[in-house]
Amino acid sequence: MANLQEKIAKQFAGTPIAVDNSGMPQLTVENGAWHDTALVLRDTIGMDYLVTIVGIDRGETLGCIYYMMSSTTGETCSVRVDAVPDRETPHIPSVADVWRIAEIYEREVYDFYGIIFIGNQDMRRLFLNIDWKGYPLRKDYNDDPALNPVSTENERQSDNTDVYSLDENGKVVKKERAIFQPDDFVVNIGPQHPATHGVLRFRTAVDGETIKKIDVYMGYIHRGVEKLCESLQYPQTLHFMDRLDYFSAQNYHHGLALLYEKAAGIEVPRRAQVIRVMMDELSRIASHCLFMGTYCMDLGATTMLFYTLRVREQILDIFEKTCGARMTFNYPCIGGVMQDLHPDFVKDVKELLAVIPANIKEYNKIFTGNVIAKNRMEGVGVLSKEDAISYGVTGPSGRASGWACDIRKLLPYSIYSELDFEEITRTEGDSMARFKVRLDEIEQSARILEQLVDNIPDGDYCAKVPKVLKLPQGEWFQMVEGCRGVFGVYLNSDGGNKPYRLKLATPCIALAAVVDHITTGNKIADLITIGGSLDYIVPDMDR
Amino acid sequence: MQDTTIVNNTFDFGTITTPVNDWLNSFMPQWLTTTVECVAVGVGLLLVYALLALFYIYFERKVCAFFQCRLGPNRVGPWGLLQSFADMFKILIKELIELRHIDKFLFALAPYLVIIASMLCFACLPWGNGLQIIDFNIGIFFLIACSSIGVLGILLAGWSSNNKFTLIGALRSGAQMVSYELSIGLCIVTMVCLAGTMSITGIVEAQTDTWFIFKGHIAALIAFIIYMIAGTAETNRGPFDLPEAESELTAGYHTEYSGIHFGFFYLAEYLNLFIVSGVATLLFFGGWMPLHISGWDGFNMVMDYIPTPIWFIGKAVALSFIIIWFKWTFPRLRIDQLLSLEWKYLLPINLFNLVLMVALITLGLTL
Repeated sequence: MANLQEKIAKQFAGTPIAVDNSGMPQLTVENGAWHDTALVLRDTIGMDYLVTIVGIDRGETLGCIYYMMSSTTGETCSVRVDAVPDRETPHIPSVADVWRIAEIYEREVYDFYGIIFIGNQDMRRLFLNIDWKGYPLRKDYNDDPALNPVSTENERQSDNTDVYSLDENGKVVKKERAIFQPDDFVVNIGPQHPATHGVLRFRTAVDGETIKKIDVYMGYIHRGVEKLCESLQYPQTLHFMDRLDYFSAQNYHHGLALLYEKAAGIEVPRRAQVIRVMMDELSRIASHCLFMGTYCMDLGATTMLFYTLRVREQILDIFEKTCGARMTFNYPCIGGVMQDLHPDFVKDVKELLAVIPANIKEYNKIFTGNVIAKNRMEGVGVLSKEDAISYGVTGPSGRASGWACDIRKLLPYSIYSELDFEEITRTEGDSMARFKVRLDEIEQSARILEQLVDNIPDGDYCAKVPKVLKLPQGEWFQMVEGCRGVFGVYLNSDGGNKPYRLKLATPCIALAAVVDHITTGNKIADLITIGGSLDYIVPDMDR
Repeated sequence: MQDTTIVNNTFDFGTITTPVNDWLNSFMPQWLTTTVECVAVGVGLLLVYALLALFYIYFERKVCAFFQCRLGPNRVGPWGLLQSFADMFKILIKELIELRHIDKFLFALAPYLVIIASMLCFACLPWGNGLQIIDFNIGIFFLIACSSIGVLGILLAGWSSNNKFTLIGALRSGAQMVSYELSIGLCIVTMVCLAGTMSITGIVEAQTDTWFIFKGHIAALIAFIIYMIAGTAETNRGPFDLPEAESELTAGYHTEYSGIHFGFFYLAEYLNLFIVSGVATLLFFGGWMPLHISGWDGFNMVMDYIPTPIWFIGKAVALSFIIIWFKWTFPRLRIDQLLSLEWKYLLPINLFNLVLMVALITLGLTL
């Protein structure tokens, strides 16, 4: 990290460089110079992966914090940019051409803070209705229900998007741009559609069976989790982690708990750490099993679903015994885990580990080797490594493109650095690679479980934590590996018992954003193949 | 070497139907007799059609349940036997939803076209010795012609629904069925060469000594495999169920249909499964003809005692099981792969196979 700080200091002599509470260098950049600085950061310093853009309301000013990471070394830094000139028409130069994923992240910031990104080709709201009044994450937002009543009419929507630019006087000029060509045949896939895995909508322009362009339309189950968190105490905010990516509930819980523990300086007992990692890996297996089942069903092979659910059921039974729930476990808490393991836990996990190899063999037999499956998946939806990084596609989907992006290896947290497991990467970047990466990751997770199942230390399962937790003033950032990619949490505390700003950077939004890029030119059926292989979860992107 | 000593001793149902016909003729004019007989046969056919469809729905649900480690329907009636009846009544009493902005006449016509096509084919099948309903010298070609009407219904359904999904489903279906009908046609021509006749009764009787699948050995086997693939595609079933690929097009061409109109598509789909298997039985497994092995007279006698309709239906259901097996095992193809499979592989192989069959017959190499 020190190395990176020197590099940045050398490159940007004269720019104030701070270190945030996580020990991450933070650069403060002039609004006008941001686009050029971003290019330098990407090309010279090697910050080629934009983790997230955090919008923040600092009272007087609005601004953004850009978290970025080097795709090879895992070095992270952040950049603070304030919007000019005022709260009325705040604007920041867009970096959508530097990092492709910024286009959608900037839309999210615009949606919540009203910050206009000059040069972004698609400045629509991302989650809220287009006629929503106000910007909900601003501190002076008026949440009177009369302003934004629950509509009984069809949602108004537009086929146009806005592009903003600055004129010579520095005034913001708005221009409308049509999303589709006038003679496009646009098929509406979703929001109620069997293969979109939730209420996600693709407006798909097709030419016969060939896809010309996809407009991803999100926000149907946007619940404003980040806004809600600002009015809840720290332990209460944990519960939302079950409801983002509900298959990585344990991992997300783990991530947020780690962040709070780091901020509060709480030491987690060894036993709790082992339990958390075991739960993470169990849910990874369960999640990948479900992925394979539903993915094969998307491709028309319904029978596979039941074979994979057999293993998943076994894992859910283990969860149920210990956590009391089969979903929304709410198990890790600040300082450890909620309650001790069930006495059967070790026996059950051993039983599970005994059946996994036979099941994987069966999956390969029934599906992976099938000639139709091969034809459907091989070479379909190829995502190059550069694009995967630029679009921020992490997790198994990023690793299938050859990007070793596993946070468990890059920035090990908890006890992962002591464990012996391989990071699965492939180079093809097609749907088949994404499928196989997940299949192999099941084996690796099983390997981690094998190492831990006989070595669960005795001791406390939870550290002593004050009843009302107050965190010191400051900023923290924590990343963990969810089942679908990098889950990042940003916390800005003002010293109270509630977060001033809590940003959840989830992986699925990038997975959905990349769909347009890799489906163009393919067939409609390939949209299902590609979407299924990316394995996005809609509540995770909508939050 | 043909063994001419095998004779077919099965019970000829003509010995019942001919006296009935004569008796009716004795007091009625010819035209009235024909009308009465047509009505009686038609009603009987409708009944068998409905019952078979119900059986197939139950059969498929049970089979796929066992493939998927489930039990399948087991609540309504013993072993869930009444489940399909309950489903049918549900479909009968459901509302026919009126849609706006559609071509009402064509929308209503489409399911009837599909079901009529399927019923006409159904009547052509060789039900038993003397139970041939439609039988004339180009019987098998009549069957192909009838089955082609079905695609018209599907195209109309997709187009008249005024929905983009149904339109894509219908266009896929059109491309698919027109392509695969070529394969089916060529398979049939191949087997007609072996039979030397296009009459359905003639084809069955040509298999008295041995079934065509054995008689035509290599060429017949190739034709059979191609026929099964093309037949599965023709019935729009998995892995060729693109017109109604539920994960892509929700339900394809029949997305907008409800109530009994949907029921017609549903019934026709199951019955087409039976018809495809029935035609395969006719062409390769002797139709209603029992299994005869030359020299085994006792065995042949025993086989002849099993009623011919049981032979036919049994063989057809066994073949349907294979098609159901396909569906619950394989993933779905993509439209371009589907078409290239037909035009690049099946069709050339089929043409070659036709030449091979003719050569086998000319050289007397058939069994």
